[in-house]
Amino acid sequence: MLIGRAPDIRSSEITPEQLYFGRREFIAAASAAALGLAAPAAARAAVRRSSDDDKPNSFEDITHYNNYYEFGTDKEDPAKYAGSLKTRPWKVEVSGLVNKPGHYDLDDLLHGQTVEERIYRHRCVEAWSMVIPWNGFPLRNLINRFEPRSQAKYVEFTTLLDPQQMPGQRSGVLPWPYVEGLRMDEAMHPLTLVVTGLYGRALPNQNGAPLRIHVPWKYGFKSAKSLVRIRFVEEQPANTWNVTAPNEYGFYANVNPTVDHPRWSQARERRIGEFLRRPTLMFNGYGDQVASLYAGMDLRRNF
Amino acid sequence: MPTSRTVRKAAKVAVFLACLIPLALLLADLFGGRLGADPIRATELRTGQAGLILLVVTLAVTPLRRFTGWNWLGGYRRMLGLFAFGYICLHFLDWLGVDQFFAVRYIWKDIVKRPYITVGFASFLLMIPLAITSSSRMVRRLGKRWAQLHALVYVAALGGIIHFVWEVKADLGEPTTYGLIVVALLMLRFVPREALGLLHWPRPARSSAPAA
Repeated sequence: MLIGRAPDIRSSEITPEQLYFGRREFIAAASAAALGLAAPAAARAAVRRSSDDDKPNSFEDITHYNNYYEFGTDKEDPAKYAGSLKTRPWKVEVSGLVNKPGHYDLDDLLHGQTVEERIYRHRCVEAWSMVIPWNGFPLRNLINRFEPRSQAKYVEFTTLLDPQQMPGQRSGVLPWPYVEGLRMDEAMHPLTLVVTGLYGRALPNQNGAPLRIHVPWKYGFKSAKSLVRIRFVEEQPANTWNVTAPNEYGFYANVNPTVDHPRWSQARERRIGEFLRRPTLMFNGYGDQVASLYAGMDLRRNF
Repeated sequence: MPTSRTVRKAAKVAVFLACLIPLALLLADLFGGRLGADPIRATELRTGQAGLILLVVTLAVTPLRRFTGWNWLGGYRRMLGLFAFGYICLHFLDWLGVDQFFAVRYIWKDIVKRPYITVGFASFLLMIPLAITSSSRMVRRLGKRWAQLHALVYVAALGGIIHFVWEVKADLGEPTTYGLIVVALLMLRFVPREALGLLHWPRPARSSAPAA
């Protein structure tokens, strides 16, 4: 079984800023010298396709443009209102089909985990996307500590319910608390991340502090934030958006350009910071690592 | 109530400038970098919202005039309606030329396949003949049929609101508010003229009319 970091975008592959902004000159000079005048365009296209294609979004954009309905429905609301969230002390209830259930203190959960940087593409179901340098560790490393029993087929994640701290919960826009779920093999997949930080800093409240998950091949709403409960169950758990609009949001919610949302197309997306829409990739570009999880499944029905 | 010619003229200029405020604020935010991480979407939202609000205000003119007897209000209706149409044009062009960047293949697919875009596009198309026939000359030429034609503005407004409702994910508060206002305004249209006298609104004293 694959241990450790999945081979996606490594930080070493990300072009340094100076080089990035000077790439045209660099490529033009290098190519003109080595290959003659026909090469620059091709070389430029090749470079664009590899690393600077997934240049991380700025800290400012990542922390000031996201959906976190617990703090309001506007994209700027989380940054405005998440200051009221108290992330210490923080406890997470672990329950269900595990040998080691309990109310774990956040520091206990993080103890002994090696936090690494993972630069992930993040695709919202609303057809916009970002590239985010998270800090965290594989969810499987956490799950293994709880010793789930063999009957545990799914994991359910619950976000904090506290209208005092989360003003968005004072409106009935969604049934609170927010719940999400993953199939056990999805949760145990090495790409599935427990996120504790961003750009090397502590995770900002508006991005799901103190503890969230990120499942990069699924639409953003699958990645529950500010977790207070992790429950191991045998039956497929309900997930909030699916409960709210079952014909629009499924349980799996894998990024899939060929299955449109009933109200908008998923074929293309706007990468925040870019002008033209770009084509959306199957499984958000992580297909070589996750497609096997869904072998034989009708992804049109299990959207 | 503006009485003299100069006051009326000044009021008209004031309303004209007020209608430009959403555009001015939008441009200020755009060039000031205050439209957030996705300025294209923010621009679409704000032009659409300005258009819808102005459309609702336009629809409020006639009922308000009937209930208050302030007939001078009618003089602002065309300007408000044309500004609403102007913002909707900006909204449409923003989607067509900036958001989709004239990607005809996707645009056509979206218009046909996505109900919210179908309805929004249809409502926009519906407003075009209304804008064209808004001149005084057309009002005179079309006579009775002008009012019939322009009743379609309610269809356009409701279409615009449905477009909004179908576009949002869960937060229906804002489009529902507009919807309720338009439905209320529409119902007021069916309150018969005689019933107006029963209400405690100040009726215009027809002092100029000679007593029979």
